[in-house]
Amino acid sequence: MAEHAAVIGIGQTKYDAKRIDVSQFGLIREAATRALEDAELGWKDIDAVVIGKAPDMFEGTMMPELFLAEALGCVGKPMLRVHTAGSVGGSTAIVAASLVQAGIHQRVLTVSYEKQSESNAMWALSIKMPFAPTMVAGAGGFFAPLIRGYIQRSGAPDDTGIRVALKDRLNALKNPYAHLKLPDVDFDMIANSPMLWDPIRYLETCPSSDGACAMVIGDEKQARRAAKPAAWIHATNMKTEPTMFAGRDQVMPRAGLECSAELYKKAGISDPRSEIDCAEIYVPFSWFEAMWMENLHFAPLNEGWKMTYEGATALGGDLPVNMSGGVLSSNAIGASGMIRFAEAAMQVRGQAGEHQVDGARRSLGHAYGGGSQYFSMWIVGDQPLA
Amino acid sequence: MRDVAVVSYAQTPFVRSERARNEVEMLMPVIDEVVEKSGIERRKIGFTCSGSTDYLAGQSFSFVMAVDAVGAWPPICESHVEMDGAWALYEAWVKIQCGEVDSALVFSFGRSSMGETAETMTLQTDPYTLAPLGPDAISMAALQARAGLDRGLWSEREMAEVAVRSRRDALRNPEAQLKGEFDVDEILAEPYLVSPLRKHDCPPVSDGAAAAVIAAADVARQACEKPVWIRGIEHRLDSHQPGSRDLTLSPSTKAAGEAAGASSGRLDIAELHAPFSHQEIILKQALGLSDSVKINPSGGALAANPILTAGLARIGEASRQIVAGNGRRALAHATSGPCLQQNLVCILEGD
Repeated sequence: MAEHAAVIGIGQTKYDAKRIDVSQFGLIREAATRALEDAELGWKDIDAVVIGKAPDMFEGTMMPELFLAEALGCVGKPMLRVHTAGSVGGSTAIVAASLVQAGIHQRVLTVSYEKQSESNAMWALSIKMPFAPTMVAGAGGFFAPLIRGYIQRSGAPDDTGIRVALKDRLNALKNPYAHLKLPDVDFDMIANSPMLWDPIRYLETCPSSDGACAMVIGDEKQARRAAKPAAWIHATNMKTEPTMFAGRDQVMPRAGLECSAELYKKAGISDPRSEIDCAEIYVPFSWFEAMWMENLHFAPLNEGWKMTYEGATALGGDLPVNMSGGVLSSNAIGASGMIRFAEAAMQVRGQAGEHQVDGARRSLGHAYGGGSQYFSMWIVGDQPLA
Repeated sequence: MRDVAVVSYAQTPFVRSERARNEVEMLMPVIDEVVEKSGIERRKIGFTCSGSTDYLAGQSFSFVMAVDAVGAWPPICESHVEMDGAWALYEAWVKIQCGEVDSALVFSFGRSSMGETAETMTLQTDPYTLAPLGPDAISMAALQARAGLDRGLWSEREMAEVAVRSRRDALRNPEAQLKGEFDVDEILAEPYLVSPLRKHDCPPVSDGAAAAVIAAADVARQACEKPVWIRGIEHRLDSHQPGSRDLTLSPSTKAAGEAAGASSGRLDIAELHAPFSHQEIILKQALGLSDSVKINPSGGALAANPILTAGLARIGEASRQIVAGNGRRALAHATSGPCLQQNLVCILEGD
């Protein structure tokens, strides 16, 4: 039987386009130190380190966790490096949690980061391989057809994406760590921004960020001893499906549908819409909020857009989504999944400041990656699961 | 802790250059074989975890295509480490310890022949202070070998003897790449590749894939006649900067070995992941292995060194030896990073 595990410390860097004030060492150190301070622990208290990031070519380094050993305080300790495409930040947290749940360690530090300014993500994603078609330039070109497929199926109004982007950009103004902050943002500013990959406009897409996020995950004893409230991990899940084959629905991936259904079952949730207080999910392009509302079983098929339209996903709505401003406001790719997981934990710990959802007791963290084929998720609560 | 066993292992022959098949094509028969041999139905394997690096394929997200080799439909619970497959096996072992799953498929793969691997591995070093100096993998190992020679901890002859023994033992391993009868004096007469390393002190460039299925006791006993039990599995990391550690020692191997229980019973066999000849001497000392322990009957990494697969292959080879009845208790070791920076020790035992 698995042991209880809980988030007892969280640290984030300021996300920015170019964090030229720090090296990769400095960046992860900034997040990790803050997480340790939040947990009121020192480096020597940590039993193991789990680090995650997206492709190494995003920095032009190979297996950077090796040279980050000292900066992460893991010399003489076990260290694991996870990489599961865009979902990696979430998967990394899940691997860290499993080390505690298995009873192997008491206190695990988990960190994920990306320092995109040290290389060029567009280059790293567009390398031509022999006998393979070149990927269209960037992720936007890959995901736009899926969004068009969604619009055709659901009949969602054209401005759904603009409304999502407006909500997330307003939320970002409340988050001191967010990268992209547009104080004057309004519907027209987003609607009039250039169309990049129809139907995705410039202000409906995520920025390219440098940043790191860290968490300390502790066992039950640590969580009960901690001065600050813990976010108890109720359930975790990961699912993967192949990139392409004829039977695959890329708009509504089966891996996501099954991952969330299993997750709720593990957490004892039968009606996610009413039993979950808020959700921080991976929305790199605005329309994915509507799509994931369905994929996560919060809305019936083809009706996810209505939640945005009715204001259900706004900070004051019945299921606030992306309170932090989301991936649309900060996208240090390898960290993006962990930032979602951390925000979910911050909410149930009551430490989300201006973007706190009143009375949040149970929340969802979600990440996805690859061609909508890698999913990682967790449910955290303010009390341990009975 | 739950008792967990290696129930099956399979690999491609390790070769100098696999040009006819891509990674997925290399993996598919290996995964089919390992699942078939495990006696566990593919759909009942609860977790899949792989290890590989994008810098072999020269492509971001190179592991994503490997999912095609697993047959991830219906969707599977799956993870990936940018590490040797031995660490993928560790993650899978942890998952089984959580009680969420009872069995797992682990694999790793890579074609080192696609690029200049030794030079590519320069990118593994600190990008601000070390990589600009251009230390490739062989030069880093040469610094380590030199440190031990200068201190009188080993001789060039002892290094050559490791290479000769490894490649002789590899003659009995049909899947090994570099094998044959060599003479110590003859190879000592050869010129240095990177002083004090001669070509024979270095591993070959190898392409290949390997896979294992591990399972908790109930499933393992039911599925398999000769489960090989994982009695301990631990890993540790040393400092990265060559200037801030004693290169002639491997404290992380020592610590991992002690934690895994290397010394808590008589060992018959050790499969050590020592890509360079002198590294076997360092590892043997760190693990306190006596002369009665048979080292690298497979030929080890000097006979075939597929990057990020060679460590998992040590666990596979050690379990094969136990299944074949050549020993009851074995130690398998995997390494990663320059100069044996990160090390994993797995203690395996037959019934």
